Amino acid sequence: MFKIVKKRALNPTVSEMVIEAPLIAKKAQPGQFIIVRAKADSERIPLTIAGYDRAAGTVAIIYQIVGGSTMQLDSLAEGESVQDFVGPLGKATEIEGLKNVCVVGGGVGCAIALPVARALHEAGAKVTGIVGFRDKNLVILEEEFAACCDELIIMTDDGSHGRKGVVTLPLEEKIQQGANFDEVITIGPLIMMKFVVGVTKKYNVKTVVSMNPIMVDGTGMCGGCRLTVGGKTKFACVDGPDFDGFEVDFAEAMQRGSMYREFETHAREAACNLLKAEVQ
Amino acid sequence: MPNMDLKKCPMPSQEPNVRNKNFKEVALGYTPEMAVNEAKRCLQCKNHPCRSGCPVDIDIPGFIAQVAEGSFEAAYQVLAASSALPAVCGRVCPQESQCEGKCVRGIKGEPVAIGRLERFVADWHRENTDTTPAKPTPNGHKVAVVGAGPSGLTCAGDLAKLGYQVTIYEALHVAGGVLMYGIPEFRLPKAIVQKEVNGLKDLGVDIETNMVIGKVLTIDELMGEYGCEAVYVASGAGLPRFMDIPGESLKGVYSANEYLTRVNLMKAYQPGSRTPIQKSHAVAVVGGGNVAMDAARCAKRLGAETVYIVYRRGMAELPARREEVEHAEEEGIIFKTLCNPVEVLGDENGCVKGMTCVEMELGEPDASGRRRPIVKQGSEFTLEVDTMIMSLGTSPNPLIRSTTPGLDADKHGCIITNGPDGLTSRPFVYAGGDAVTGAATVILAMGAGKEAAKAIDAAIQAKQ
Ligand SMILES: Cc1cc2nc3c(=O)[nH]c(=O)nc-3n(C[C@H](O)[C@H](O)[C@H](O)COP(=O)(O)OP(=O)(O)OC[C@H]3O[C@@H](n4cnc5c(N)ncnc54)[C@H](O)[C@@H]3O)c2cc1C
Ligand SMILES: Cc1cc2nc3c(=O)[nH]c(=O)nc-3n(C[C@H](O)[C@H](O)[C@H](O)COP(=O)(O)OP(=O)(O)OC[C@H]3O[C@@H](n4cnc5c(N)ncnc54)[C@H](O)[C@@H]3O)c2cc1C
Ligand code: SF4
Ligand code: SF4
Ligand code: FES
Repeated sequence: MFKIVKKRALNPTVSEMVIEAPLIAKKAQPGQFIIVRAKADSERIPLTIAGYDRAAGTVAIIYQIVGGSTMQLDSLAEGESVQDFVGPLGKATEIEGLKNVCVVGGGVGCAIALPVARALHEAGAKVTGIVGFRDKNLVILEEEFAACCDELIIMTDDGSHGRKGVVTLPLEEKIQQGANFDEVITIGPLIMMKFVVGVTKKYNVKTVVSMNPIMVDGTGMCGGCRLTVGGKTKFACVDGPDFDGFEVDFAEAMQRGSMYREFETHAREAACNLLKAEVQ
Repeated sequence: MPNMDLKKCPMPSQEPNVRNKNFKEVALGYTPEMAVNEAKRCLQCKNHPCRSGCPVDIDIPGFIAQVAEGSFEAAYQVLAASSALPAVCGRVCPQESQCEGKCVRGIKGEPVAIGRLERFVADWHRENTDTTPAKPTPNGHKVAVVGAGPSGLTCAGDLAKLGYQVTIYEALHVAGGVLMYGIPEFRLPKAIVQKEVNGLKDLGVDIETNMVIGKVLTIDELMGEYGCEAVYVASGAGLPRFMDIPGESLKGVYSANEYLTRVNLMKAYQPGSRTPIQKSHAVAVVGGGNVAMDAARCAKRLGAETVYIVYRRGMAELPARREEVEHAEEEGIIFKTLCNPVEVLGDENGCVKGMTCVEMELGEPDASGRRRPIVKQGSEFTLEVDTMIMSLGTSPNPLIRSTTPGLDADKHGCIITNGPDGLTSRPFVYAGGDAVTGAATVILAMGAGKEAAKAIDAAIQAKQ
């Protein structure tokens, strides 16, 4: 059991938990993830390590409540414990030698992008942050990003906060204005990453994407997380989650991501009913 | 007087048409009367050829003689002297090619049902004796074991009995390895595995789940700051292979590991489970080993109307245990042998709708001594299925070798050892089970664990 030492809501559907896991905290690197099982009957779900405090022995996760498992996780309060917490899994994001990087995050993907932006900043790189949300109420981690980006551009779909529009808009402007990024690192919904790659490919700016396929074990044992990258089968949990964006077969990844949609909808409804029952 | 019946005493089992709809154990086990009766078929041969077929050299006539006398606990003690997991091996050993394959009674008629007797004795012991083993006196030495499959559990148990302080590090959230995540409940009830695991805890073995060695801790750290004098690597062979044919990424294509993990470890077979699994109508399982049989029989139990085993060689070449093949046939699994998929076909939503196969014929024997399958020209046909489960074998996971400098592995990723004691290219690092041999059997994995425990003890004692 792993104790939840802190929990706070970042927006109505996104929360942060700080979990006591000293061994993981000691080894964690930006870009790596953990697998959590909230309760004894929960699914194993991957969540990125959003931060770590090696001295305190804690690891932070930031999750969006999208379905049954994330709801179960969110039902736990500060002081309670999660059943299982495994990591750090996957390869760390490669930041060595990078001097000028654009980090593009979308929605909850910003939680994954933050530790990467931070690490780049600490390594002395110039960091341009472009983060996108649907509207003002969903904006998360603004201060945290501001603290580690040389320039931060916030986008919302409806213009209720920051600029109106999608993240690819300022990205393309920056590139056209001669920003000369060594690399673009993008993390968010598949469709957003696909469009980001669409832009950077035009200008041939190396782009790293952080993939989030459905996973079970997270150790390379099930093959459920497989992706086609450069025509080859790769397992996101051990070979990734970061891949060269120009090589990833997004169409296939999007298709595979919808594998359990029917079951998930059902699980979500069941969980909602349960929550309602508990409230009443 | 020996019982001269040519046939084994049959084992009661659930009716095929009942059991293919539930996950309860298929074979129900002998009653004491049946066991005594079957034990009397053993001729107590002086040269006991059966023993040479058992990888851990169980005193087979010895334990059977006790069963014939009705001294079941004494029989158990004979088994326990050589095997750490008799309840498991009695159920899952490929007996026909091991102990029973060598039994003289098999020359004319059926061999003595050694496996069934072993199972009976182990079950009897579990149900009728309640002895918590006395904790051994600590000898002050620390050893780490990586992986809680049969190999790691056996090694840990043997070392603990010698007084070692043993910690097993397991990547998953439960201990047991393939016995928990792979082999289904209807063939090996999980309660039996957990009982064995609890027995180890009673001996003082510490089992740390959720620990992926190579990630959270390395072998060098275990041997450095954690103060372990030796490490036994028993991380299995869990990395699934795919065929590299078009369409393998369609929705509805699983590796057998993923399918079985969802069903067994994550309990998708239980109503109300939170783990999703495809609701299938027609399933093709590609491969012919135990893993393929398990996947096919799980698919049937989860409600698929049609389940095929697609295998490129013939019935006689199926590598699965005979009994599993027979059980699968009885349960209505359709065997498409001499048949190989060349493409998976998808519908407009990216879901599997069928597969293109070719017929095969057997040519000259290849390096493995088995006849090589060759494609029959112009034999393409389509099999309509909505789910495909790839069961083409597995290889060792690279995590350990890629994070342990100086640990040599061969081109298949199997850790290289200098012989049966399991010493690797690193001093005081031993390895065994599937991690060394590639996917093999429970009993071989267990045997390797026993040998390594002996070697580790000898090496640590020699240091002083
Ligand atoms: C390496 C990795 C890192 C991740 N990091 C984070 C993170 O830091 N924060 C966070 O909120 N989420 C993260 N995710 C996604 C997270 O794992 C899923 O949101 C979660 O598994 C959903 O579980 P659920 O049962 O609540 O929802 P489900 O009911 O399973 O799904 C609800 C919706 O989410 C979609 N979905 C399901 N699984 C995933 C997935 N793996 N990725 C994207 N969408 C999915 C479904 O298609 C569906 O639309 C990560 C995924 C991976 C693979
Ligand atoms: C579906 C199926 C059916 C089978 N049926 C039979 C049968 O009928 N008869 C038979 O004799 N054999 C059968 N086998 C084969 C048999 O189960 C294996 O040969 C045996 O389990 C190997 O034991 P092991 O201890 O070497 O490895 P495993 O049982 O694979 O255990 C290895 C353990 O190590 C853990 N691990 C891996 N990497 C790490 C790491 N980095 N850190 C920590 N832990 C790690 C794994 O999670 C796992 O728990 C079957 C196998 C499968 C998959
Ligand atoms: S362990 Fe396996 S091979 Fe040995 S006697 Fe028992 S069933 Fe036979
Ligand atoms: S070979 Fe068969 S009959 Fe002879 S001792 Fe072994 S089990 Fe008994
Ligand atoms: S999650 Fe199972 S192999 Fe990646």
